[in-house]
Amino acid sequence: MTGFLLQRLLATIPVMAVVAVVVFLLLHLGPGDPAAVIAGDYATPEDIERIRDRLGLNEPLHVQFLTWIGQVLTGDLGISIFSNLPVAQLIAQRVEPTLALSLGTLLVTVVVAVPLGVAAAWRAGAWLDRCLMGGAALAFAVPVFVIGYILIYVFAIKLGWLPVQGYRPLADGAGPFLRHLVLPVVALSFVFIALIARVTRASVLEVLGEDYIRTARAKGVTTFRLLRRHALRPALVPVVTVIGIAFALLVGGVVVTESVFNIPGLGRLTVDSVLRRDYPVIQGLILVFSAAYVITNLVVDLLYSVLDPRIRG
Amino acid sequence: MTAAPGRPVLAIRDLTVALPVDAERAHAVEGVSFDVEAGEIVCLVGESGSGKSVTAQAVLGLLPPGQLRVTGGAIELEGEDLRAAPAARLRSLRGRAMAMIFQEPMTALNPVLTVGEQVREVFETHGLLSPAERRERVIELFRSVQLPEPERLVNTYPHQLSGGQRQRVMIAMAFALEPALLVADEPTTALDVTTQARILEIMRTIQRARGSAVLFITHDFGVVADIADRVVVMRTGKVVEQGPRDEILKNPQHPYTRMLLEAVPSLDPDADDGASASAAALEVRNLSKTFAGGGWFRRGRTVEAVRDVSLVVRKGETLAVVGESGSGKSTLARCAVRLTRASSGEVLLAGEDIAQLETGALRPYRRRIQMVFQDPFRSLNPRRTVAAALVEGPVNYGVPRPEALARAKRLLGLVGLGDDALGRYPHQFSGGQRQRICIARALALEPDVLIADEPVSALDVSVQAQVLDLLADVRERFELAMLFITHDLRVAAQVADRVAVMSKGEIVETGPVADVFGNPQHPYSRALLAAAPGRGRL
Repeated sequence: MTGFLLQRLLATIPVMAVVAVVVFLLLHLGPGDPAAVIAGDYATPEDIERIRDRLGLNEPLHVQFLTWIGQVLTGDLGISIFSNLPVAQLIAQRVEPTLALSLGTLLVTVVVAVPLGVAAAWRAGAWLDRCLMGGAALAFAVPVFVIGYILIYVFAIKLGWLPVQGYRPLADGAGPFLRHLVLPVVALSFVFIALIARVTRASVLEVLGEDYIRTARAKGVTTFRLLRRHALRPALVPVVTVIGIAFALLVGGVVVTESVFNIPGLGRLTVDSVLRRDYPVIQGLILVFSAAYVITNLVVDLLYSVLDPRIRG
Repeated sequence: MTAAPGRPVLAIRDLTVALPVDAERAHAVEGVSFDVEAGEIVCLVGESGSGKSVTAQAVLGLLPPGQLRVTGGAIELEGEDLRAAPAARLRSLRGRAMAMIFQEPMTALNPVLTVGEQVREVFETHGLLSPAERRERVIELFRSVQLPEPERLVNTYPHQLSGGQRQRVMIAMAFALEPALLVADEPTTALDVTTQARILEIMRTIQRARGSAVLFITHDFGVVADIADRVVVMRTGKVVEQGPRDEILKNPQHPYTRMLLEAVPSLDPDADDGASASAAALEVRNLSKTFAGGGWFRRGRTVEAVRDVSLVVRKGETLAVVGESGSGKSTLARCAVRLTRASSGEVLLAGEDIAQLETGALRPYRRRIQMVFQDPFRSLNPRRTVAAALVEGPVNYGVPRPEALARAKRLLGLVGLGDDALGRYPHQFSGGQRQRICIARALALEPDVLIADEPVSALDVSVQAQVLDLLADVRERFELAMLFITHDLRVAAQVADRVAVMSKGEIVETGPVADVFGNPQHPYSRALLAAAPGRGRL
């Protein structure tokens, strides 16, 4: 098991190295002078020269890369062109809201979607299954901002139970933190519940046709135990795969939800930086997102081997 | 456990199970009646589609919901009407009063739970014993089914055990609560003969010690001869005959029973196996095949599947290679037809060594050595017509299409199918018919050597006999050299002139069938023959 873990950890190094090279080249791949691109349409030649100097663009490419990678490895992601603040600090400020939103959504999704999926598989073809899967199709189809505004209208404006918008850090206390998180998490959960319920249903349905389900029934096992222990457990591998993908998507791109609920997360920082051509911030964000993907994949792989002894080999 | 005197443990009366409306026939099982007494093994025999498994599943209430449904008759377990029992009562009887063992030990155990957990679950489900006692009991049970190192084995997962060991776990699970009735659905069909013999022995020992009633489903009359007290013969959902074992085997009344028994190949080889002196068509010399595993980070283990094997098949002769699963017989066949490349050694086709030829150079030889595979359900492309399957090979080798088609028609006639088969698809044929098509496909290339890898092991015994006759017929007609791979000694005795016994990648004994079967020299050959079910009774 430790050998397996070590092997997987080592395998992430080349992936991150490739990402680093691509991120570095990002600035140089576009047409023309990167400094001129960053400076924008109304810049004076002096502005451009200043930017070029600050970014070290006058050095040879390999020197630039070594300097940059050295900084990245020590946690220095450069300085934002727009705000003149360190990129690392900008990103760090935005990590908590995004993580809170992502993990909250994931928790709600798994707790709701997996039992629904199992129930649908157990009653495949019956009305319960049809209702659940019809609901899933609907949740897929309605855009998240529509769900968000409906939730705000009902629970914040009409009933006044929850705040309309905004974010409170955990440091301000768990109560305000959670109250501000409920609506965005619920809004965002809809589509992921639909997705994961469907995957769970398909996977469990397949397992329910296996011979060992019949063996369990022949033992006199109760339906609940049959579904939980004999059907769901072997069915979890594809479900965990999709949960991993869902988490990666959540970390990287919940711009719409962040905008609707006015949450200062990584998604909005990304959009703002792209619009401002704030290259150092964009580069930093890509590195962070890539690392999140790689770590998520690693966790999913490890979960596989926990869930299925055959993968442990 | 002990039934009231005179009352059978299981009584089935007029059982009828309906098939879905669009099925071939209206009932899977119709008007079936029989009893199983305490301490008795009743064998339910029949070919595929006879309704024997459906009957077994109906007893435990395990029929696939929504597809099959009991529509008439009664099933009584120790006097209790199971059809009237509510679901909760049925669940509490399952595992406790009646248990079941299934055919496929590979898939019948949950792959993500340890085997110990799965046996323990029987006690948990029925709320019996404390956790510590359960652990104790499982180890005891594992010992009683002769699993090695029970203390260690309880913590292993199914994929870490062999097929025979998994079936022992299933038996331990079934006998855990000492059920009055055990239903075993082809429990040894997927196992090797020597493993089968041991498993049957274990089942019988435990069954005798506990006086359980056993309903044993099988298609194998050898197994019937070995373990049955009474026999019930089924055909297309109905019981055609039942009675004590010796009466059924020695003096069958119903023509169907007689036909089934006659179709069972005898272990005594045909008398006319004179040594053949014709030219060698296929010769294998010192062939070895090693599989190496592993990847970038891991050192793989290597498996020597075939080790230094030499054999000769002459024109017009059949050489049977017999052995258990994992003995390397299929790998040998695949190396001989060059589906895989041997690690070392020679494969001589009419004197030319093809063992290491490159793909292009090999092409002219491919036509001359053809293969028939085990599973006729999967070895034909489901989306291509029979005509397309038969014509493709010859056309590849430059035969004009009309001529290839004419040849296909002739061959279909030869294998007992009409011209109308040409335009049809594989799924429209039965297993036996498909295997005939596969044989015709191989013959379409006019080969010198035919390699048949377990060609009849997926077929019912009556169909098996017909396909074996067909193979003997085409071998004679075309003077084919035939290499016949089988695990079934009875089949080998029927088709072969000579036999080679394989074990762990090596040929341990080879010679004329009469010599090897009549007077086996190698200890492994002797063990294999001794394990053949129904020896001396059929």
